[in-house]
Amino acid sequence: MAAASSSEIPRWVDYLLVPLVNLAVALLLSGVVVIAIGANPLDALDSLLFGAFGYPEAIGFTLYYATNFIFTGLSVAVAFHAGLFNIGGEGQAYIGGLGVGLVCLALDQWPLVLVFPIAVAAAALFGAAWAFIPAYLQARRGSHIVITTIMFNFIASALITYLLVDVLVEPGQQAPRSRDFAPEIWLPYAHNFLKALGIDMGQPPLNFSSLLAVLACVFVWLFIWHTRWGYELRTVGHSERAARYAGISRTRAIILAMLISGALAGMVGVNDIMGVHHYLLVGWTGGVGFVGIAVALMGRNHPVGIAMAALLFGALYQGGSEIAFDIPQITKEMVVVIQGLVILFCGALENMFKPQIAALFRRRAVAEAA
Amino acid sequence: MDADWLSFLALVASTIRLVTPLILAALAGLFAERSGIVDIALEGKMLAAAFAAAATAAFTGSAWVGLGAGIVVAIALALLHGLASIRYNGNQVVSGMALNILIAGLAPTLGNAWFHQGGQTPQLVGDARFGVITLPGAATIGQIPVIGPLYQYVISGHNIIVYLAVAAVPLVWWIVYRTRFGLRLRAAGENPHALDTAGVSVAWVRYRALVITGVLCGIAGSYLSIAHNAGFVRDMTAGKGYLALAALVFGKWRPLPTLFACLLFAFADALQIRLQGVVLPVVGQVPVQFIQALPYILTVLLLAGFVGRAIAPKASGIPYVKDR
Repeated sequence: MAAASSSEIPRWVDYLLVPLVNLAVALLLSGVVVIAIGANPLDALDSLLFGAFGYPEAIGFTLYYATNFIFTGLSVAVAFHAGLFNIGGEGQAYIGGLGVGLVCLALDQWPLVLVFPIAVAAAALFGAAWAFIPAYLQARRGSHIVITTIMFNFIASALITYLLVDVLVEPGQQAPRSRDFAPEIWLPYAHNFLKALGIDMGQPPLNFSSLLAVLACVFVWLFIWHTRWGYELRTVGHSERAARYAGISRTRAIILAMLISGALAGMVGVNDIMGVHHYLLVGWTGGVGFVGIAVALMGRNHPVGIAMAALLFGALYQGGSEIAFDIPQITKEMVVVIQGLVILFCGALENMFKPQIAALFRRRAVAEAA
Repeated sequence: MDADWLSFLALVASTIRLVTPLILAALAGLFAERSGIVDIALEGKMLAAAFAAAATAAFTGSAWVGLGAGIVVAIALALLHGLASIRYNGNQVVSGMALNILIAGLAPTLGNAWFHQGGQTPQLVGDARFGVITLPGAATIGQIPVIGPLYQYVISGHNIIVYLAVAAVPLVWWIVYRTRFGLRLRAAGENPHALDTAGVSVAWVRYRALVITGVLCGIAGSYLSIAHNAGFVRDMTAGKGYLALAALVFGKWRPLPTLFACLLFAFADALQIRLQGVVLPVVGQVPVQFIQALPYILTVLLLAGFVGRAIAPKASGIPYVKDR
């Protein structure tokens, strides 16, 4: 795509300035939307920042959202590195949550230290399994992964609804939900720890899984750039022909990338099901897989960028609820508008401003050399 | 016969009403994908058109102006997709996803700001929506046994967009297979270099295809809000754009097989509403969710090559760069 220009411009321009310009354009247009519906964008920004960072509970909420977005952002990024577009993060997270829920329902008499690793493994396994079928079909039968993962999102949704309405539903319960897990295996909340240290941060859903998200970032960084498998995966993503000449198995790279991608998306289930809801329910993912696409594009598929982008989107989601509360014209869907614009400008239209910015820096480099 | 026959006819009529937006959207996707542009934003374009049509109809009181607004908005989005995919060689799947997400946010945001009804538009009455058309003599012919009710309930008694959709299928077939534009369209999707060599601009063909995509998506979306229903509600398309995409794949990117796929999916949908809680012989009670998931499962099986083989237009999804 824009490979010609990226090697000649400074890395910080490519990795920081270009995304920031694209983000700025997306935010500017969001401001236009805010004006169009008769509100003041500066008031909205003020309210957003206060809502996201203004008080300890808000920060807790922001970090909780960011945790989910790190998982799904990494998930999209790992697939991207292998040249695959995994739109199925939503379904993989949903099925990952099922894995967590089944473990918690079956083993909630066990101590947390035992249940936690099993639940994490189940989340990874279920998420990976849901990604495996599209991966296998792409690698072996040439079915386009974008279409199959979209289909699998719908199939996941139908499957979970069926399971919760007909199988796992708590007896005597009208709503499609399972029974509560025993409180002993709920993941510890951050606010309980901080209270012990004398800090009162209210009751945000921030929990132990955020540490898991940090670990996931480190894992992806090591895996993609410091293992043989990561190298193979990037080679396939860069040029399938080169990979074939190098004797790298395309099938293995695709399946491995999607298994890890699905497993990472499945981790969202640990945060939400074991950390927040404490029972199985329907429709809890609420688009988290799609936010991952925006996060990965913004973060340029690098764990550090993804963590920063996830924080940004966490702030948008949490601050967005505050705006909806403060300014009656604006609803919480405004955040979805911003998300769409970010994907548009950081992803689809990334070549719109890049050549100009690149030209600017090339000219300067030439001038300095002369 | 009568009760069973009549309830079967009711099922067929409801299938026809459900298939209308599907086939229009699937044909929209056909133009985009046959020209080499992957379009997963059928959902977003339909939703935008549904909202624009309902909002405009609510303001002006005219369903026709509403339909026009729906079409214009869908064309604008299709061209934005074209700008990203054709002009800037962007990733077409990312662009489609961006549009879907953008509209999913924008429609309720604007709806809430303009109408203060939680993202809905006001209930449309009278000329603000397309009413049911009763074909001549429906009541009289309806008296004739067996054939009569077929005419009265299945052929007569739909709104204008349903009849438009029926006409669209042969028209699209004719455009794609029997016109010069159709030949160029298919070439742009299969072998754009050959088209370029012949002195035809690939970009121009693709932009025109996307305009048609916009028109058809606009009609499909408007159907939902100002013909089938009386107003826009949140997330009104509810995955119909993706279902249309599945039907397009299932129909192997050809108009007639796509129509049959749409009919199959719509029939499953109509049946699903009737089957809720009904115990069937042999299989017992079929979970509704299974029937809902059936179109997607079938499409995956088809893509996997277990039932037939679906091969996408060869150049689909690849930006056309001249010097390669």
